[in-house]
Amino acid sequence: MTLIALLLVLVMVVAAVTALLSRSHLTAVVSTSLLSLALTLLFVLLKAPDVAMTEGVVGAGLGSLILAMALSRLALNRGED
Amino acid sequence: MSDLVKRVEWTPLLFSVGLGCLLLPLFLALPFGNSPMVAGEMIQQAAQGVQGAVVDSVGAANLVTSVVLAYRGLDTLGELAILFAAATGAGMVLQSGSAALHQNTKMHKHIDSEINLGELFDSAATMLTPLLLLVGVYIILHGHLTPGGGFQGGVVVAVALFLPSWARNGGGQLSHKVISRIEGGAGASFIVIGLVALWQGDPFLTPWLAQGELGELFSAGTLPLLYLMVGLKVGAELAALLKYLAIDEQVQS
Amino acid sequence: MLGIILYSGAVALIVIGIAGLVRSTHLFRAVLALVIAESGANLLLMLAGFRLGGAVPIATEGSFPLAMVDPVPQAMVLTAIVIGVGIQALAIALLVRVKQRYGTLERSKVTAAMELELNK
Repeated sequence: MTLIALLLVLVMVVAAVTALLSRSHLTAVVSTSLLSLALTLLFVLLKAPDVAMTEGVVGAGLGSLILAMALSRLALNRGED
Repeated sequence: MSDLVKRVEWTPLLFSVGLGCLLLPLFLALPFGNSPMVAGEMIQQAAQGVQGAVVDSVGAANLVTSVVLAYRGLDTLGELAILFAAATGAGMVLQSGSAALHQNTKMHKHIDSEINLGELFDSAATMLTPLLLLVGVYIILHGHLTPGGGFQGGVVVAVALFLPSWARNGGGQLSHKVISRIEGGAGASFIVIGLVALWQGDPFLTPWLAQGELGELFSAGTLPLLYLMVGLKVGAELAALLKYLAIDEQVQS
Repeated sequence: MLGIILYSGAVALIVIGIAGLVRSTHLFRAVLALVIAESGANLLLMLAGFRLGGAVPIATEGSFPLAMVDPVPQAMVLTAIVIGVGIQALAIALLVRVKQRYGTLERSKVTAAMELELNK
C-alpha cells in the first residue's frame, strides 16, 4: 500500500508541475485530468469509494470536459497564443 | 518550457517554498491513521445499534449518504444553493456575451464551420444516451446502499441529457424550458420533503418515512427520495451549464 | 511512512497550486492552478478522517464492520468536489468574457487593458 501510495503521489506531483509549466494548453488540461485520476485511485486506497466515485465522475470526467470545452471556446487549442 | 522558466520571478517562488516549509511540519504533526473522531463515532454507534447512542440511526447502509442527507442535510441544501448560484452565474455571464460575439468573429474563425461533429460521434451518442441515463438513475437510486448517489449520478444524467444535442448541433437543441422546470421542481421537492418533517414536529429535513430493512432498495425513509431530487437538480443544472459552454460553436457557424 | 508520504503529497499539491496561482502568466493556467490546490485540500481533509485498519463505512450483508473510517470528512469532501467543478465552470465563463472583451488572456496584457479602461 505504501508503494502504491508513493507512486500515486509522485504521479500527482509530476502532473501538477506539468500542468503549470508545459507549453501547450492541451498538455496542461490532460495533466490536470491525470492528476484527478490518480487522486481517484488514492481515494479508493483511503477506503472512501463514495469520494472516489465523485472525484472520478465529477473531477476527472466533467471537470476535464469543461476544461476541454474551454480550450475550444477560448481558442487555445492551437498551441501557445 | 525554457521560455517560461526564464520568466520565473523569485518572489512568488520564495513565497511558495516558505509556505511549504510552514505547512509541512504543521501537517506532519497531525495524527495519521488513528485520528480522533467525535461525530463519526456517534454516527457509527447509532448505525451499529450500540445501546445509548447519542443520535438516532437513519437506516441507510451507506453511512456517507446518511451523513450527507440526514445528519448534515441542511448543509447539502446550502451546497445545492451554491451550485445553483455558480451555474446561474456562469449562464448569465456567457449569455450576455453572445451578442458581442457576433460582431467579433475574427477571433473565433478557427472554429470549424461544420455543425455536425461526425457520423461516429452521432451514432455513439444515440446508442450511449439510454445506457448513460440508466446508469445515472441506477447510481442515484442506490445511493443509500452502495457508493454513489445524487451528485455522481446527477453528473452522469447531465452528460446523458447533453450528449445527443451536442452531437447533432453543438448543444443548441437542449430545451431550456424543460431543464429549468426539472431543476425548479426538484429543488422545491427537496425543501417540501424537509418541511413535512417540520410539520411532524421534527427538525427540518429529518428523514420521516419508514426505515425498512437495512440493505433493501426501499429503506432508509426519505433518503432515496431526497437523493433522487438532488440527482435531478444537479443533472439539470450541469446540463444547462454544459449547454452554455458549448453553444458558442453553434452561434459561430 | 504512509502518513508522511500522503501528507507531503497533499502539501505539495497545495503549494504547487498556490505558487501557480501567484506566478502564472496566463489566466487559463491560473484556473488549472486553482483546481490543483483544491485537489490538495480535498486530499488533506480525507487524510484527517482515515483510520488504519478501518473498513469502508458501508454495511455489507446487513451488518456494519466494527472498525470504520470516519464518514463525516468523506461527506464533506464529496460536496466540496461538486462545488469545485461549479466554481471551475464559473471561472471558465469569466475567462470567456475576458477573452471576448480584451482579446487575450495574458495576465499582464489584461491588467494593462483594465488599467487603461479604469483611467479613461
